[in-house]
Amino acid sequence: MIVSIASGKGGTGKTLVATSLALSLPNKRPVQFLDCDVEEPDAHIFLKPLLTHKQAVSIPIPHIDEKKCTYCGKCAEVCAYNAIAVIKEKVLIFPELCHGCGACSYLCPEGAISEVGREIGVVEVGQSKEIEFIHGKLAIGEMMAPPIIREVKKHINQERLVIIDVSPGTSCPVVEAVKDSDFCLLVTEPTPFGLNDLVLAIEMLHRLAIPCGVVINRGGVGDSNVEEYCHKEGIPILLRIPLDIEIAKLYSRGITLVEGLPQWRETFLRLYNDIELNKK
Amino acid sequence: MKEVVVLSGKGGTGKTSIIASFAALAKSKVMVDCDVDAADLYLLLQPITQEKHEFWSGQVAVIDEEKCTQCGLCQDVCRFNAIENFKVDPISCEGCGFCYNVCPEGAITMEESLSGHWFVSETRYGHLVHARLGVTEENSGKLVAAVRQEARLIAQRQGLDYIISDGPPGIGCPVISSLAGADLAVIVTEPTLSGMHDMDRVIDVCRHFTIPVIVGINKCDLNEDNSHQIESYCHDQGIEVAAKIPFDNVVTEALVRGLPVVEYCDNGVSPQIKRLWQSISGLLVNS
Ligand code: SF4
Ligand code: SF4
Repeated sequence: MIVSIASGKGGTGKTLVATSLALSLPNKRPVQFLDCDVEEPDAHIFLKPLLTHKQAVSIPIPHIDEKKCTYCGKCAEVCAYNAIAVIKEKVLIFPELCHGCGACSYLCPEGAISEVGREIGVVEVGQSKEIEFIHGKLAIGEMMAPPIIREVKKHINQERLVIIDVSPGTSCPVVEAVKDSDFCLLVTEPTPFGLNDLVLAIEMLHRLAIPCGVVINRGGVGDSNVEEYCHKEGIPILLRIPLDIEIAKLYSRGITLVEGLPQWRETFLRLYNDIELNKK
Repeated sequence: MKEVVVLSGKGGTGKTSIIASFAALAKSKVMVDCDVDAADLYLLLQPITQEKHEFWSGQVAVIDEEKCTQCGLCQDVCRFNAIENFKVDPISCEGCGFCYNVCPEGAITMEESLSGHWFVSETRYGHLVHARLGVTEENSGKLVAAVRQEARLIAQRQGLDYIISDGPPGIGCPVISSLAGADLAVIVTEPTLSGMHDMDRVIDVCRHFTIPVIVGINKCDLNEDNSHQIESYCHDQGIEVAAKIPFDNVVTEALVRGLPVVEYCDNGVSPQIKRLWQSISGLLVNS
């Protein structure tokens, strides 16, 4: 089973929920943890895995053999991202714009284009106690998170319970991370910001046909609109975590909720059981 | 005209509440929300929409069943696994057009997709340019570029001093798009290990694009040790820590009431936000 933890709005406590869920289960089910928030991967701060493998992620970009090239301009014409320009007797390549689709090399009539790898980040694999841990890291100055997310997800082992920590938002990196999940937990907070972004995240999951449930974090301050919205839409609220300075302080030190306050373990086990009941 | 973009790396550090306060504090500016994926600033500025524009961007392949002979070439060449059983999954399609270019039957067309909307609105604090990227859409970077461009035009037309921009979380495509050519980046961080880790990465991105940086620590009393660590890290890097904003529930209370916190109350939070804005405007004047 694949469970992704997403949020719409950032900073609502996705990683807090994902890591505590992972740590509550070992006696019950082997867990694999994938941090797919490759722009800002933080789960390692909490799970402190021993990372044993590192693998570069590259995308294939064109390399022109000037001897074969006739400057016909076909490559520039087919590139949808303006990553190639042919100006007189010169072919210019803009590597940051290239999505690595392969169209130019396939379609060059002279066979003048080969592909070379351009590194855009890394995937690291390790172990945190019983949990198998994998995360991806986008390199500084790089734009494209999805290829790294795809690389992280190649490590998925369906024999285990797969927990995916997703980046905030509802656009392409989020879709890449949550698609193929059996269930998605949406972590939100009871504020107008939390509600606004939750509504968008739910719309995204409906479109992807992934069942979801909600976790309300930092309950107590704020308003009741998130609760009312979920009731109206028939979306289950599976967990409520109060605004508690104790929890915030643990978080600030990189300590997971269930390790800092073990009485929460039961609650997370219950959350897991509820996910089992609600999944696809 | 100077442009400042507020970033955080990690989401939820309180960036948008602080920017809404800048809207109330700064004179002669246009606001722009570059977090097109989860645009929240409008909730605090209560805008009245004046213009709504469609954002057409990116393309999606469409296969004409009548013409398709099911040769399978398109499926073979697509690197995004977007074609299965001679149907295109519009969510996976990256719009590269490879299939369109190779289809021997001419059965594939590339269609423009409506990926979102952008708006020009009037608020009590002046103009706000904001956007809504359709869920599951790509090209957030291009939409960010579009809202920034519009804000620039408004600032030029009205002779405004500042463009104040609410940046997206992360360090990827929309962040880079919101940073390019800005005069100053303000990083709002929090004294948590993850906040600090993410701040590091977003500072590196600003450096990479040679944008000057200053830092504000939000919820600074949540963990004093970490706050000190942020200060000494910034000191070593030659980065000014311009404000230390304490943790206070009034920020959430103001949010629930739809008000910038500096207008809601005058306790410990507000003077620090004012200080942060003073540092920003000071730096912008001299930049
Ligand atoms: S398509 Fe091939 S021959 Fe034509 S300009 Fe490009 S690299 Fe040169
Ligand atoms: S691989 Fe695709 S995106 Fe890259 S340059 Fe060639 S056509 Fe453009």
